Amino acid sequence: MFTRKRWREAGTAYTLLAPTLFVLLLFVIGPILFAIYLSFHKVQLLGTTSFQFVGFDNFTRILEDTRAKIALWNTVKYVAIVVPTQTMLALVLAATLNAGLKGEKFFRIVYFLPTLTSSAVLTLIFMWMYNQNGLVNHVLKFFGLPTYNWLGDPSVALNAIMIMNIWSTAPFFMVIYLAALQDIPDSLYEAAELDGANAWHKFWYVTVPYLKPVTSFVVIMGLIGTFQLFDQSYIFSGGSGGPNNATLTVVLLIYQYAFKSFGTMGYAAALAFALAIVILLATWLQRKFSKEESLY
Amino acid sequence: MRLGKASLYTILVLYAIVTMIPFLWALSSSFKTLEEIVSGSMSFIPKDFTLDNYKQIFIEQELFPRWFMNSVIIAVTVTILNLMFNSMAGYALARLHFRGKRTIFMIVLAVLMIPAQVTMIPNYLILKQLGWLNSYQGMIVPAMVNATFIFMMRQFFINFPKELEEAAALDGLSRIGTFFRIVLPLARPALAAQAIFVFMGSWNDFMRPLIILSDPQLFTLPLGLNSFKGQYISYWNYIMAASMVFTMPVLVIYAFFNRYFVKGISFTGGK
Repeated sequence: MFTRKRWREAGTAYTLLAPTLFVLLLFVIGPILFAIYLSFHKVQLLGTTSFQFVGFDNFTRILEDTRAKIALWNTVKYVAIVVPTQTMLALVLAATLNAGLKGEKFFRIVYFLPTLTSSAVLTLIFMWMYNQNGLVNHVLKFFGLPTYNWLGDPSVALNAIMIMNIWSTAPFFMVIYLAALQDIPDSLYEAAELDGANAWHKFWYVTVPYLKPVTSFVVIMGLIGTFQLFDQSYIFSGGSGGPNNATLTVVLLIYQYAFKSFGTMGYAAALAFALAIVILLATWLQRKFSKEESLY
Repeated sequence: MRLGKASLYTILVLYAIVTMIPFLWALSSSFKTLEEIVSGSMSFIPKDFTLDNYKQIFIEQELFPRWFMNSVIIAVTVTILNLMFNSMAGYALARLHFRGKRTIFMIVLAVLMIPAQVTMIPNYLILKQLGWLNSYQGMIVPAMVNATFIFMMRQFFINFPKELEEAAALDGLSRIGTFFRIVLPLARPALAAQAIFVFMGSWNDFMRPLIILSDPQLFTLPLGLNSFKGQYISYWNYIMAASMVFTMPVLVIYAFFNRYFVKGISFTGGK
């Protein structure tokens, strides 16, 4: 009787899990194994698909590929600037919103608009604003600042994407901070006040340390997101990563090798693994430095 | 104290302006004539207010309604399937006892860590083999479950009161019957949050359709918009009108459900 009940429960469980297992096997676990296979082969898609074993060639090729180096450098630069900036901005906005002012809800709704809008639409709106004769340059001129050819000048094109993405992702992380801020007990602030702390002291010595686990989460999510930058670069440059490879990211390069040039799909798979390792390393380093792991 | 409040408001208002400007600029450009766009006018109020752009984009590109339909069909189907399947899996992992549970849960967690780029290339080859490139099922089936939300639903069901299920069992309801008739209706807040994120993710997705769909008839909105931009690169009045049309549905959904957004983010954020 007991075993029959157990069998029935297992049957129910696997019935409920069936769709999930089907998708995981066919579109996640299978593909990961397949990707390992691909990364050791040269793949021909013309006519009948053929695979030719090439050993570690695809991996050693990364080291000699100048475009891979450019893409990695662009991506690292992008991550190093965007992640800290968007995290700080999110924290400041959340703390300001949480100060108990009137109209908090209104501001929250407004701030959240970019998060809702598709990357394609946002990129098009910003391309229009970044136009040589566009809004951004007019505003800069108005304040007596230098203007740029945002879309065409290799030295600023990536910065244009950075500004856009900080603007569009900071509000998402702001909401995460906001939820955490509401959990901070008032007694902490009251105690700080008794010790003569001003608003800045309270923010720096109470809020920031209390939020450390959340910050760690926000940074890791930010790292994972920024390392995978693709849509904006693709739309900005029409898929080329230009001008002069300035907006070429690792994922865009993987896309180009996999789908836009012939016979390099295996190499693209190897690059994808390299990127996965870089992301894992970065998140691991982040955890090691922050040492706050209560959240995971 | 007064001064402090004023400076806080200044920050909030300034940032609200920074957030709104791109949208207002796009909206105003969508009502301008091409001459005004080309002249480089910096006015937020159109000189000759016109609705022509909104009419014209549907004449210039007769596929727009088609792209809209494709996006709706794919996003709605993906959302419904995700709600069902993620909840089913989350419930099994939270409440049932069976061999292999730990392993399956570990796999779900591991999937959260794997960047999509690793599976993107083999998925393309698998879909090609199945003949699912350029099809709705190619867009829907691989996206019909989501590890993040399986995890979220598991957390939700773990804290779910057991007594209700026990009462249902006494009434002779099967485990699956209990799940669909008792548990799922009570999971509405978690489902609402999930629905919004899955829908937005699918509606706004750019990379998957870019890889899977090459037939313009089957394009989704973001992809169609990108190809439209390629054809009409200096007609910013058209591009902005098209952008606005495609942003509206999500804004409407947001207007109705915005409280679930915040809840949903704290759900996913609080893991």
